[in-house]
Amino acid sequence: MTAVEAPLPSPAAAPASAATPPTIGPMTAVERAAIDASTRGPVLFYFGNAVLWLIAATVFGFITSVQLHSPNFLADIPFLTHGRLVPAYNNIITYGWASLAGMGVAIWLMARLCRVQIKFGGVLIASAIIWQIGLTFGIINILAGRTTGIEWLEIPGPSAALMLVGYAIVGLWGILVWGFRKQASAYISVWYLLGAFVWFPWVFATAHITKTMPQMAGVVQNIIAAWASQSFFSVWVTAVGLAAAYYLIPKVINRPIFSYNVATVGFSAFIAFAGLTGATRLSGGPLPAWLVTLSIAANIMLVVQIVTVGVNLILTMQDKLHMIYHSPTLRFTFFGVICFLISSVLGLFSSLRSVDRALHFTQFTTAQTQLVLFLFFSMVIYGAIYYILPRLVGCEWLSSSMITLHFYGAAYGGGTMVAMLLMGGVASGLSFIDSEATFAQIIQIGQVYLPGRSLAWVLFSIGNLIFALHFALMLLRIGQPGGQATLFSPLEEEKHS
Amino acid sequence: MNRSLPLFSWIIISFALSCYALVILPQQQIGGLQPQFADDEGKITDIYPVENRGVVEKGRQVYQSEGCLYCHSQQIRDVQNGTDLERGWGERRTVPRDYIFEQPPFLGSTRLGPDLANVGSAKWRNEAIDDPRKPAKRDAAWHLLHLYAPDTVITESNMPPYRYLFERRKISGQRSADALKLEGKNDPGEGYEIVPKPEAKALVGYLLSLDRSHPLAEVKTAAAEAPKK
Repeated sequence: MTAVEAPLPSPAAAPASAATPPTIGPMTAVERAAIDASTRGPVLFYFGNAVLWLIAATVFGFITSVQLHSPNFLADIPFLTHGRLVPAYNNIITYGWASLAGMGVAIWLMARLCRVQIKFGGVLIASAIIWQIGLTFGIINILAGRTTGIEWLEIPGPSAALMLVGYAIVGLWGILVWGFRKQASAYISVWYLLGAFVWFPWVFATAHITKTMPQMAGVVQNIIAAWASQSFFSVWVTAVGLAAAYYLIPKVINRPIFSYNVATVGFSAFIAFAGLTGATRLSGGPLPAWLVTLSIAANIMLVVQIVTVGVNLILTMQDKLHMIYHSPTLRFTFFGVICFLISSVLGLFSSLRSVDRALHFTQFTTAQTQLVLFLFFSMVIYGAIYYILPRLVGCEWLSSSMITLHFYGAAYGGGTMVAMLLMGGVASGLSFIDSEATFAQIIQIGQVYLPGRSLAWVLFSIGNLIFALHFALMLLRIGQPGGQATLFSPLEEEKHS
Repeated sequence: MNRSLPLFSWIIISFALSCYALVILPQQQIGGLQPQFADDEGKITDIYPVENRGVVEKGRQVYQSEGCLYCHSQQIRDVQNGTDLERGWGERRTVPRDYIFEQPPFLGSTRLGPDLANVGSAKWRNEAIDDPRKPAKRDAAWHLLHLYAPDTVITESNMPPYRYLFERRKISGQRSADALKLEGKNDPGEGYEIVPKPEAKALVGYLLSLDRSHPLAEVKTAAAEAPKK
């Protein structure tokens, strides 16, 4: 790591700094355009499908939210009963929206950062189709009541196998792009992406194979499921989210990240400890106690990563913070990074035994999941899509007010949603540890916040719908003429997006 | 990390370690657990736990497909980790051996409803001891009524009704033995009755079978463990 790392190529056609390896020249606008052209088909396909799943998730999530305070809502329709909708919604949001959008961003970033024009883009499109056939059948099975009964691994074997094939192609493809890279040094985002490409199929395959093995009956299945679902959130969601953030923030403000060495330390800690944190999901349960202790310790060690990411990205921003008033990409991405830090700190505290004792079975857990998915990952991905799409379709986003409205819906709507759940979780958790409080009281205390959450969900949905509409307009090439990025307000000193 | 080897080795070694610690080691430690039994002069008696069979297994599948596990847990934590024992949900914490025949165990992660690990036990309760509404016994009829219209037996219940596990039919001749006793807004009307479908009966059979209070060598009972009040 002694060699000077290449900073990101600067956004304009200006040559990258002297640290670029001598064998090949800096990336020219022509080369960049050629790379973007090669990724256009697959990346648009992944984004487009992801947005459709996002809309589906918004609807499903809203129904589950309403059912929590109005239990009679749609209760007479078997496939819309709460116990089936919840897993369907969880799978749609993770494997539909988060996975497809994340893969789209990962593909684009890999091609850009490795300076590879991708070939056989059709294979990537095929893999997305296979993935979604598997996912669709999986969701239909869950709604029909044919679930495996393991939280976060509800999708039955055959559908999961299809999804694995779809994903394996993407993972393999990512590693191949790395093999054909022209840029000798790898940017920090590439490490995170490679981690995700290697880990995701491994976790997915291990979890889905072991759940069908008769000798793995009993609590071991819950332990594996906890490991797999936690890995999905840390390895896939966090890795892709941070990869995008590490790329977008320096790009938009046109300045290399604050410290490469700090980023390296953070990444190494992440890879070493993130995979060990899973057992906190079963804290206090019927499993060997050392597993939970190990996971809590790993969570504490992850502080290294949280601090490095926070320090690095915030110090990179420094005096450029005002740019969030101009650049949509930056505003979404930076908001996501802040939420990553909040969710990491909350995750650390709630994993401690004394806190977990109160919060374990409350809505706090759901709040954590939504915080990571909607306020960290999705926000960074929105930022990435706002950045990437104009480069693929050749025109800029039509309306900065639509982007503003989307931000309000996603940040304030989503934020209120999560805040309601957090408060409800803490409120009922505090009465949970009081054995004088009856169970009915505990539930009622938590329930106060639920209608507010549904209301916030409406805001959130409106934001998502505006985003989907804006996205569709871009696909139809309805937008501002290319070249000048759509900003919230004009920026005098420099051109960027 | 300009070369692939250190980067990939780091990723793969770390991952193999996490897989070993959270998949392989637990399987080695608790994957081979056997039921506990008493050896009475060569005669094996008092086996626990036993495999679910027949209607109980069917009911387990209904529990699984309706997604009961998203609101109800089936695990009892000891006093250090929660108030489960004090709430009357069980007499001892549950341990891996309680679940060895379950594929998968419905441990659950959220409690929007009470824990059901021992709901079939006569000692199970979920309300203050002096609550006048406390039913004398949660028998099959109580559970069926609760599934059909939860708020008729627990006023503040937030559980969705499972009316689709029942059917409304015309009384031909005599009233069915298992028809629900309903009144008020749930009254099916003159000449009609509400009877449980096989799924509802199986589910109730499963719920009544849930009892993990059998003593196990590796765990003390609540009486020995809980601090005196």
